[in-house]
Amino acid sequence: MSAKSTAEAPFVAKTKVGRVTDFVDSRVGGSPILREFGRKVFPDHWSFMFGEVALYSFIILLLSGTFLTFFFDPSMAETHYQGSYTPLYNVEMSVAYSSSLNISFDIRGGLFMRQVHHWAALLFVASLGVHMLRVFFTGAFRRPREMNWVVGGVLLILAMAAGFTGYSLPDDLLSGNGLRIIDGVIKSIPVIGTYTSFFLFGGEFPGTAIIGRLYVLHILLVPALILLMIVIHLFMVVIHKHTQYPGPGRNDGNVVGYPLGPVYAAKAGGFFFIVFGVIAIMAAAFTINPIWNYGPYDPSPVSAGTQPDWYIGFVDGALRLMPGVVNGFHFEYVIFGYTLTLNVLLPALVPAGIIFTVLFMYPWIERWITKDDREHHVLDRPRNAPTRTAIGVAGFTWYCVMWAAAGSDLIATHFHVSLNDVTYWLRALFFLGPVIAFVVTKRVALALQRKDREIALHGRETGRIVRLPHGEFIEVHAPLDEYKRYKLVGFESPSVLPAVPNEHGIVTRKEKRRAALSKWFFEDRVAPATPAELEAAHGHAHHEAIETAEQKSLSH
Amino acid sequence: MGNHSDGSPSHSGTVATAGQNEVEKFQDPGLPPHRLRLADTDPRAAKRAERQVAILFGASIVGTFIFLVAYFAIDLGDSSIATIRTQNLLLGLGTAFAMLGIGTGIVHWAKALMPDHEVSEERHAIRHEEDRQAAVRIVDDIVEETGIKRRPLIRNTLIGAIALAPLPAVAIFGDLGPRPDDKLAHTMWAPQDGKLKRLTRDPDGTPIKASDVTIGSAFHVIPEGLNELHEGKLNEKAKAVVLLMRLNPESLNPSPGREDWGYNGIVAYSKICTHVGCPVALYEQQTHHLLCPCHQSTFDLTQECKVIFGPASRPLPQLPIAVDAEGYLVATSDFKEPVGPSYWERDQHERQINS
Amino acid sequence: MKALSQKRRHPLAAIALLLMGLLVTGGLYAVATTVNQAKAQTTDYSASDVEEGGKLFAANCATCHGMGASGTKDGPSLVGVGAAAVDFQVGTGRMPMQMNGPQAYEKPRQFNEEQTKQLSAYVASLGPGPSIPEEHLLDEKGNAAEGGELFRVNCAMCHNAAAAGGALTRGKFAPALADVSGKHIYEAMATGPQNMPVFNDTNISPEGKRDIITYLKQIEANGSPGGADLGAIGPVAEGLFVWVAGLGVIIAFTIWLTSRTS
Repeated sequence: MSAKSTAEAPFVAKTKVGRVTDFVDSRVGGSPILREFGRKVFPDHWSFMFGEVALYSFIILLLSGTFLTFFFDPSMAETHYQGSYTPLYNVEMSVAYSSSLNISFDIRGGLFMRQVHHWAALLFVASLGVHMLRVFFTGAFRRPREMNWVVGGVLLILAMAAGFTGYSLPDDLLSGNGLRIIDGVIKSIPVIGTYTSFFLFGGEFPGTAIIGRLYVLHILLVPALILLMIVIHLFMVVIHKHTQYPGPGRNDGNVVGYPLGPVYAAKAGGFFFIVFGVIAIMAAAFTINPIWNYGPYDPSPVSAGTQPDWYIGFVDGALRLMPGVVNGFHFEYVIFGYTLTLNVLLPALVPAGIIFTVLFMYPWIERWITKDDREHHVLDRPRNAPTRTAIGVAGFTWYCVMWAAAGSDLIATHFHVSLNDVTYWLRALFFLGPVIAFVVTKRVALALQRKDREIALHGRETGRIVRLPHGEFIEVHAPLDEYKRYKLVGFESPSVLPAVPNEHGIVTRKEKRRAALSKWFFEDRVAPATPAELEAAHGHAHHEAIETAEQKSLSH
Repeated sequence: MGNHSDGSPSHSGTVATAGQNEVEKFQDPGLPPHRLRLADTDPRAAKRAERQVAILFGASIVGTFIFLVAYFAIDLGDSSIATIRTQNLLLGLGTAFAMLGIGTGIVHWAKALMPDHEVSEERHAIRHEEDRQAAVRIVDDIVEETGIKRRPLIRNTLIGAIALAPLPAVAIFGDLGPRPDDKLAHTMWAPQDGKLKRLTRDPDGTPIKASDVTIGSAFHVIPEGLNELHEGKLNEKAKAVVLLMRLNPESLNPSPGREDWGYNGIVAYSKICTHVGCPVALYEQQTHHLLCPCHQSTFDLTQECKVIFGPASRPLPQLPIAVDAEGYLVATSDFKEPVGPSYWERDQHERQINS
Repeated sequence: MKALSQKRRHPLAAIALLLMGLLVTGGLYAVATTVNQAKAQTTDYSASDVEEGGKLFAANCATCHGMGASGTKDGPSLVGVGAAAVDFQVGTGRMPMQMNGPQAYEKPRQFNEEQTKQLSAYVASLGPGPSIPEEHLLDEKGNAAEGGELFRVNCAMCHNAAAAGGALTRGKFAPALADVSGKHIYEAMATGPQNMPVFNDTNISPEGKRDIITYLKQIEANGSPGGADLGAIGPVAEGLFVWVAGLGVIIAFTIWLTSRTS
């Protein structure tokens, strides 16, 4: 590692390892890379680990998936199962399903690898989702990271595509009915729907081509794109350096944390094994996708509780919530002699379209409203950006309503309520849920800010009640040290930005709209406590218990 | 909006209002002092942590052995589910131990024994102005040397060529599938050579007599000859599956023109949901409702399978049936409309069928 | 078959059958049994069974089902439902119903074996209907693979492919089939309790029913090869598990990983 040539005498390594290292280093230039990255600083916080969970799940997916490809045969040719699972013996099925059963029952460790692969897939998408929520709620998508936010969104879509194409491969009854739903959705697309369906399935549904085609997408195209996106994503992380939470000694000009070598590398490297271990426990003890229960795909049967994997659930839920007929109005109607199926088209495309459009646009929307084009490397605590947090929770609530709708039948059976009532309630929540979530979240965030203010000015409640000489009882508050206090006060609280005229002296309509949104964004704000306020609070320290209410300064 | 660390003059007001950014702020006190760990001061604690790390690595070695023993010592030959479950559990726990041992060991090592000083590193501007200017100059030079601005003929023909070049790449996928034509409009139920198709049981394909269908029964039906198809069996099945039910003839209310589509209270409806195509196979014999388990569309059999709940918008197509000389149920014709989910050309096909 | 079923519904036929049933019991069965019932009778009902059953019926069931089981607005006529229906409904505790609702729930049975047999005998004596299946059809030695195919086509859409149950409309549901005896499964298929369709012997033959029971008992005995089955209700349970347990454990690890050691 000390292979560094000096100008005077060429470096000669002493040990064998040293000579090999020097040989490689002098040909690829490893030293400058190590010099640049060997001590690179990474901030430490548990919520920063979800991206790593996703990355590690993806590596585990590649490893277990490679094993599975050695035994899986994506053919849809007919065969009679001759393997060792007797409840399906001699049943007519596709080669794909038969080879999936063989992986499960006749190849040692095959079932384990299948379960590792599927659990890792569910965890992959879940950790991506949580990572994006973390990035959103802490404002980590702001300049200079807008493009990386978009790359992350693309990764989420690719992960869903990878998951769905994989879910369909075993050609079991559950995934076959899933494909049938996809076919129905594709057919609802105006003009090109029927052709698209025939092109995808190589003719009529189900045909004999779809498993092979999905297989190529699943093991080649989609993972290659995911890998490409991961490389771009990490490249940008290196350029931007990691964000950090606000706190003493942390600002937009520095990054505080542990050096890559050895501490951070050890923690991050060790974490890979931990993620692998957790997935292994799940695969060891918990069945996932029991394809032997579902039987081979056949267009006639169907199982109660037919659902997609969780990440497609919100689309399935939207399909369930949409009424086909409202007060005699049919959402399917004939227009110029052609059939328009809005009862399928709207729920399948609109909610997902809105969610992903807003998700991709959000950094620019917020930048436009706040006119904030500075670089941000210090994160917002979610409570310190109440409107953004409320928007995020409202959107997530909307997603969750659709998500829950995908399990409406199971909600009905497990809570002994009527399936129809569950649907009616969720239909109402589809519209009301996000509004309620927005209002409640914003209020909670503002309340937490006020709480922070109070603690910063008056210290923590100790629970100790003291009686003063003149008989008054007060609770003793323990003052904070300056580091803890700075954590509570060291944030920005932007105020409303009124409309300003442009260079021609005109306030454009767009600018007026922006100003209105800015008002909506920043109208309710709690300013961070200031030293002067602290001074004032200390002056009244002896009867602060009764005065705290008046000390709160909240501006509207 | 000023930079958050600007040293603006102090302001005594406690209420920050719009436009007042000059409120005095708390000064950043800098990184808190480093706190020593037990292992930093007490050699015995350090020794203990060292042992703990070694034990965790040891657990990993045990896990690897568990895996190997489970793999080689358990024989799947007896093909019992319990054996598979045991092997799966041991392989998994072995892997979990092997991985978690290494992972927790390394992390514990890093946390307890490696230096835990937080360090601060300066951030650098992502782009320097002089770099930008240099880059612009280079690009200008490149553009100048190609002469693309001076030679619009080259530029325009190049744009045209590049715009058209991907077309073959799109066209070459033209054989991904055949043209749909009117394939979706017809099913196997159409009489063949004047012979009406019998209704047969799914999956074994035996014909059904009208007398077999008692009140309250539900038969899952496929057309005669489906099981004998060599090609495209599932494609045909995906369109032709039918649910056959019998209820009291009085509870059926056939609309004009459909009075003779059933037989003595026996009616047959397409099993393919008009929403997105799941099999609508749940028949409630007392309420006479049909429910799709995928998206809960509910159809009322007594109203010719009209949609009474859920996302479907169109009734299930009815298959006209009758009884042949031997008492077996037959389809008198194909469906009078395309079955299954709607598609763009559907209405056109329906008009075609009925013309 | 059709002619018979119509005659059965004639009010006079019901009375005639009632009288006949009270006079001759076992012998009548062999005559009245048609293709739609199990081939033979396993339990021979004595005249005293019928008599005792009649008393039990009058005391416990007649409020809803009417005297002579001819039905009221609160409960259907039981003439011709057969011994199998009574054995299923009473034997699983569904009848007598606790209250009127979307569906009768399974609950601890209110009548012992002997009383159930007497009630069955009484209702069977009212008119021919599916009888209690013979022992050999419940031996669980049929063809599980063929039973599985029949189960997927005829049953899985309501009861779930792994027989874990599923939802029907307006608060009704198809129950899970684990821990249900083979006899009760058979009787449910033969009689179509509540909203379940009837699967008579021409729809699913007695051997087919035997195969289905074999399949169900085999997958129940096998358990899930991959470990705990999470209710066998499919991807919803799996998704919930990965979000709650999987991510939960991982978050616990991340908190430990980024915390400072003391």
